[in-house]
Amino acid sequence: MISSVIQPEAQSGVAVRKFLGLIGKTLFIAFVLAFFTIPVLWLVMAPFDAHPQLAVKVPEFTLNNFVVLFTDSSALSSLGNSVVLALGTMVLVLVLGSLASYSLSRVRIPGREILLYSLLLLSSIITGTAAMVPTFLLMVRLQLIDSTLGVILVMGAGILPTVIFILKDFMDSTPKSFEESARLYGAKPLRILWDVVVPLARPGLATIAVWAVVQVWGNFLVPFILLRSPGKAPAAVVMYTFYTEGGQPDLALISAFSLVFSLPVIAMYFFVNRRYGFRFHGGIKS
Amino acid sequence: MASITTESLVKEYPGGMRGVDGLDVKINDGEFFALLGPSGCGKTTLLRTIAGLEQSTEGKIFIGERDVTMLEPGQRKIAMVFQDYALFPHMSVEENIAYPLKIQKVGKEVRLARAAEVAEALALGGLLKRRPAQLSGGQQQRVALARAVASNPSVFLLDEPLSNLDARLRLEARTFLKRLQQELGVTTVFVTHDQAEALALADRIAIMKAGKLQQLGSPREVFQRPANTFVASFIGSTPMNLVDGSVHGSSVLIAGQAVPLPESAVGHVTDGQKVTWGGRPEYLSLTTEARSGALQGTVTVAENLGAAMLIAVEVGEHLIQVIVDEDVEPELGTTVWITSEPRRTLLFDEDGERIAAGAVAPAGDATPDAQESMVSLA
Repeated sequence: MISSVIQPEAQSGVAVRKFLGLIGKTLFIAFVLAFFTIPVLWLVMAPFDAHPQLAVKVPEFTLNNFVVLFTDSSALSSLGNSVVLALGTMVLVLVLGSLASYSLSRVRIPGREILLYSLLLLSSIITGTAAMVPTFLLMVRLQLIDSTLGVILVMGAGILPTVIFILKDFMDSTPKSFEESARLYGAKPLRILWDVVVPLARPGLATIAVWAVVQVWGNFLVPFILLRSPGKAPAAVVMYTFYTEGGQPDLALISAFSLVFSLPVIAMYFFVNRRYGFRFHGGIKS
Repeated sequence: MASITTESLVKEYPGGMRGVDGLDVKINDGEFFALLGPSGCGKTTLLRTIAGLEQSTEGKIFIGERDVTMLEPGQRKIAMVFQDYALFPHMSVEENIAYPLKIQKVGKEVRLARAAEVAEALALGGLLKRRPAQLSGGQQQRVALARAVASNPSVFLLDEPLSNLDARLRLEARTFLKRLQQELGVTTVFVTHDQAEALALADRIAIMKAGKLQQLGSPREVFQRPANTFVASFIGSTPMNLVDGSVHGSSVLIAGQAVPLPESAVGHVTDGQKVTWGGRPEYLSLTTEARSGALQGTVTVAENLGAAMLIAVEVGEHLIQVIVDEDVEPELGTTVWITSEPRRTLLFDEDGERIAAGAVAPAGDATPDAQESMVSLA
């Protein structure tokens, strides 16, 4: 008797708690979702708004912002500069990174792991704020100020250790019998690297390539400090110059340019993923 | 085509571990040669040292008349098939087979024609455009063989060629491999830990243990006349019975019972000498009536082998295995007598070496098998 009276109450208590928990969870997820979606929504909608503000609202549709943007010659040419910097750095780190990681993976040298880890730790300094003064002075001495090559070298140096670290892992995981097989038929080390190791590490190389491009594409500080003439500035730096005559940020231009600025990276991701795939493929019977 | 000769070859790893320890072996031109032994015996190290993938520490290697000890693997004119086949996953079957020729700077048309020709010969005709991942295990193995054949080597090295195939396919591949070797006539060395595979395929077998050669001989020789107890217990799908005993006149005393002295040991033993008596389960027979010169014991285990039965008989503190016909199935616990033929049994001394005329000769005896195996066939 007693238990039958108590039980429904207890059950309803559990149900209420479950319901409240569900609401709490949903609210939390909605909040997190909004936190990430609202900036993206702004990025997609503000460029088409005649009077964009720092808020998400239904736009008064116009394409005028893009017309203004593309008549401003510096915007387009800066995108070109960004492409040159990003691809240049990508090629540099892919070539040097694969050579270095292959040798580090195959040749046993004492203290190899310590070397790799310390390189990885110290690398963040090169492109970081703290080392900007010495880096600047170094580039002045090398007469690489206001030079695209200078920016590529500094950016490359900054991300190479991470590249080597990641690629070495890929190289380590390719079975040695592939190389030994090629070696038996008379292939020399560079030939083996090109014919066998690089194709096998291709998913790794593709990952690195995308990552390197993204790093350079979004970097503001290094080109801002090392490049002097406005004609050489990449998009990330040029965006900083979009102000109205009143000294306010020109949201119409900035939003339109932001959208254009982010498209190549997204396009590249889909292209690389489709063409090379961020995945492994087999071929070893184990 | 060429012979392979090693002269006191040593491969020492950092830390002093010797993978190959002073090996003198001559592998004849055109021979199908097996390196057999348990894992870690140095057989793969020897193969890799011949290939040049490992640098020898001491000694010399000759391929034909050429001293290749210091040559790069690519200059030795060898082809090797790896245990995992090592087919390049990003190349088609055709490109894989033609790869050695590409390195040799053979023109594209010529090398593709050669690839097609070799593929056809190895029953890979319709698969040229496929990737290795799209092939079955047996097909992958044939592609690996085809790549080796296409490079036109004077020596083939095969590292555990059949170990990655499932049991049924393995028999098929074994026959295929033997026929291929006979047709090509190229000196072939293969590594295996499977004694049945070595017996089935090889012209001659080198049995290794801890980097040292234990015996070198034809399959018949190593099966019938193992040089020591290690070889005796390693060769044969059911290991040889090895039982401690002592010589007493013209018989051997085992657990207080006398069995006839093995023929090969007659005249080479002294009375009272401690020995190990060896008899293969296949060469022993079982009776339910008492016989002179037979070992009396109790049946303890019976295992069905399909066409035969493996019976374990307890004789004193020893367990002796006998293979009998499938129709003969003695009840567990019954008393039986094991008869051995003096002609088929062997005797080993206390160091495990076989006692016989000339049996103490160095194991690396390079003289062809003919003479000795004729004797054992008689």
